[in-house]
Amino acid sequence: MFHYPRWKTLLILGTVFLGILFAAPNAFEPLGIHVLAQKLGLKPMTLGLDLQGGANILMEVDKKDLTEKVQQQLMGDIRATLREQKIGYTNLAKTSDGVSVTLNKPEDAAKVTPELNKLLQPLDSGILSAGVAVNLFSLTQNNGQYVFAIQPKGFEAKMQTSLKQAIRVLENRINGLGTTESAIQQQGANRISIQIPGLQDPDRVKNLLGSTAKLTFQLLCHDQPSTANALPPPDCAAYPRKEDVDATLAAKMKADPTVKELSDTEKKALPQMWVQTAGLSTVDGADLTDAQPGFDSQTNTPEVTFKFNQKGALRFGKLTAENVGKPFAIVLDGVVESDPVINTPILGGSGQISGHFTIEQTNDLAITLRSGALPAKLVIAEEATVGPSLGADSIRAGVYAAIAGLIFVMIFILLPYGFFGIIADFALIINLILLIGVMSLFGFTLTLPGIAGIVLTLGMAVDSNVLIYERIREEWRHGKTALSAIETGFTAALRTVTDANVTTIIAAVILFSMGTGPVRGFAITLGVGIITTLFTAFALTRLIMAYWVRRYKPKEINL
Amino acid sequence: MRWKPIRLIPDDTKYPFMRLSRFGFFLSGILCTLSIALFIFKGLNYGIDFKGGTEIQVRGTQTVQMDDLRKKLDSIGLGKVELQQMGTGNDVLIKVAAQAGDAEGQISQKKIMEALGPSFEKRAANTVGGSVSAEYTQNATGAVMLSILFVLVFLSFRFEWQFALGAVLSLLHDVTLSLGLFSLIGLEFNLSVVAAILTIIGYSLNDTVVVFDRIREYLRRYKAMGLADLIDFSINSVLPRTILTSMATLMALLALFFFGGEVIRGFTSAMIWGVFVGTYSSIFIAAPVLIMLGTKREVSATQAKASKGR
Repeated sequence: MFHYPRWKTLLILGTVFLGILFAAPNAFEPLGIHVLAQKLGLKPMTLGLDLQGGANILMEVDKKDLTEKVQQQLMGDIRATLREQKIGYTNLAKTSDGVSVTLNKPEDAAKVTPELNKLLQPLDSGILSAGVAVNLFSLTQNNGQYVFAIQPKGFEAKMQTSLKQAIRVLENRINGLGTTESAIQQQGANRISIQIPGLQDPDRVKNLLGSTAKLTFQLLCHDQPSTANALPPPDCAAYPRKEDVDATLAAKMKADPTVKELSDTEKKALPQMWVQTAGLSTVDGADLTDAQPGFDSQTNTPEVTFKFNQKGALRFGKLTAENVGKPFAIVLDGVVESDPVINTPILGGSGQISGHFTIEQTNDLAITLRSGALPAKLVIAEEATVGPSLGADSIRAGVYAAIAGLIFVMIFILLPYGFFGIIADFALIINLILLIGVMSLFGFTLTLPGIAGIVLTLGMAVDSNVLIYERIREEWRHGKTALSAIETGFTAALRTVTDANVTTIIAAVILFSMGTGPVRGFAITLGVGIITTLFTAFALTRLIMAYWVRRYKPKEINL
Repeated sequence: MRWKPIRLIPDDTKYPFMRLSRFGFFLSGILCTLSIALFIFKGLNYGIDFKGGTEIQVRGTQTVQMDDLRKKLDSIGLGKVELQQMGTGNDVLIKVAAQAGDAEGQISQKKIMEALGPSFEKRAANTVGGSVSAEYTQNATGAVMLSILFVLVFLSFRFEWQFALGAVLSLLHDVTLSLGLFSLIGLEFNLSVVAAILTIIGYSLNDTVVVFDRIREYLRRYKAMGLADLIDFSINSVLPRTILTSMATLMALLALFFFGGEVIRGFTSAMIWGVFVGTYSSIFIAAPVLIMLGTKREVSATQAKASKGR
């Protein structure tokens, strides 16, 4: 073992050199020379949100809301189908898990059933059995009464597609905010994790992310409610006006400042406006291509201007051309934003929404309109915000702990091993540098528990040196020559150390896969630390010992 | 450089560990029973990771008068508000359970900040919803189970089933005692503590494997020695290493405990306890179990050779 071929020596020293090179940028910023790192194309470790400050939000699709959306859409489809077939019906209503409708004449069923069967919405069942279609609804008919029930498997598939769609929408919204380096990704089967570093105003972002932003342009119904609790006629929907909602909300907020929105029941209690829901009288916000915040040229109040794509422009043009002189409603998330009268046909495919906005609101509304509507409401499942000042404190605490830990362990190992302890201390420092180098190279995120992992690694890294030295010492005391004791020491210890470290790696891998942010950070440093430890103990320390043995030919071991 | 190294541990110790292990079993039995009783009757002080709720860390402009703060926060209708002073005394950690109708914790956060007034700065906030916390509980339990299972498989493969069983028993012992300690002193039990417990499992195993490795080697070398003597001899041989490593790890952990800040103190406390328990259990639980299970020497010798040849 005392003879190392040149290539092996170079390989070991080269690895150490690369480790130092990759770790170096982490020291540049405190030294104020981080330009150098950029020139070399090297990056320091990525800091977790708990260290640099920021928000970590876990959102999930609101099942109740998605169910409602699905039901509403189906009811619209049923209505359209039956009208197309010119078939009378009654009792079109939501059930607890679907929609039901009754034909006026049961004998129409034969004609209607194949048409209604087209509404079952086959969906790709996704990850589990790709390519296999499952229906979102099942349909049963009894004497002219149809019952659509949501299928659990179909609903799951719907959740999946909704989630993917929501992720795209959220990406657009976050990018619209101009925050860099935010990460949005699916987590687990039904959640979205959003990480936004260095966030100043988390509440604004949460509102921006959570609002559904469903925008429609709908003609007003012929009749408008005459009494407070009047039911809208068929083909009409009732929505409150923005002014009323704002006024009520303001009054409520005065009494209780924590209120942030009105509940659905509260909204229903307000004076309502009836708008047409039939297909031809509405244009959907999904056909928007652009939305920008701006100001009304006359009143100088904030507004949002928007542009339709070709399909939307055609539809909007036709709608406005056929209804000059009539009012229409701009409905956003179930509230009538405004109800201007159509003065002239709007053929250019652009328009504006005005009134009742602050500048920040128009900014955010433009972003949400541009990015499209969410398939359903998103709710926050978990949220962690760390202010930048706390992050800085954590970094400082972590660095102090690491330095203190390093000094403690280094002194501690010098006491029993003397000269050999110096080699161990050197290996320990190289180990730390390599660990930082690997973390930087692969872009692993350093979290506060990650720092704990590093400090713990310092303690446990010494173990392999202790095992080797104790073994050498034992062999020496049992009468072996110095050379043979060292040799046996290394070979015998290697087996023990590998066996022992595999168990720690098992723990690290499980920790990682259990993985939520901070814990994962710990698992990474622990795992990487084991690998660098094996390298420094059995490549580096061994190389140094081999060199020492060849150079000084020791006759005794001072351990 | 010539200095005489200082030996912290005497050489050639001959402690009769296996004879002492009877007391060890007795002691561990009592402690484990106590731990389980504590766990059942007192339970753990679960953090919001596991029970859901909202946690806010605030900093006041001066040392916070906790009684005033408590009075202020008890009257805002968020139920029982837990307060904990941190660091220099300007920082306070405020915890409330999940509120009906506010699964997202936004209202709780607002209410608290408003009750505190402008002299407090929100430094960090953390909300965990019910669905996530249930999942975390499941994941954490699953992770501990899974790691124990993997260890069982790995050790049966590398050693023999008696060794694997001994190691797993000592692991269960460590986990039980860790839970017992957390229940006893009521320290918050959160995800990082679970991480600590998994690390304890890793550490304790590390220690156990070193002892087992030596036993396996001596089983092969000293064919005539009685099993109990042989195990004593093995443990005594690796004793300097066991103590040095535990102390080095403790050094690092103490540095973390004193300098690493409040956030990871729960983790560090668990680990410090784990180092003691893990070291103790590899000597007094894992090794004696080998005798109780009647490890067969011949098989073990061939097995060891086979695995060495691999």
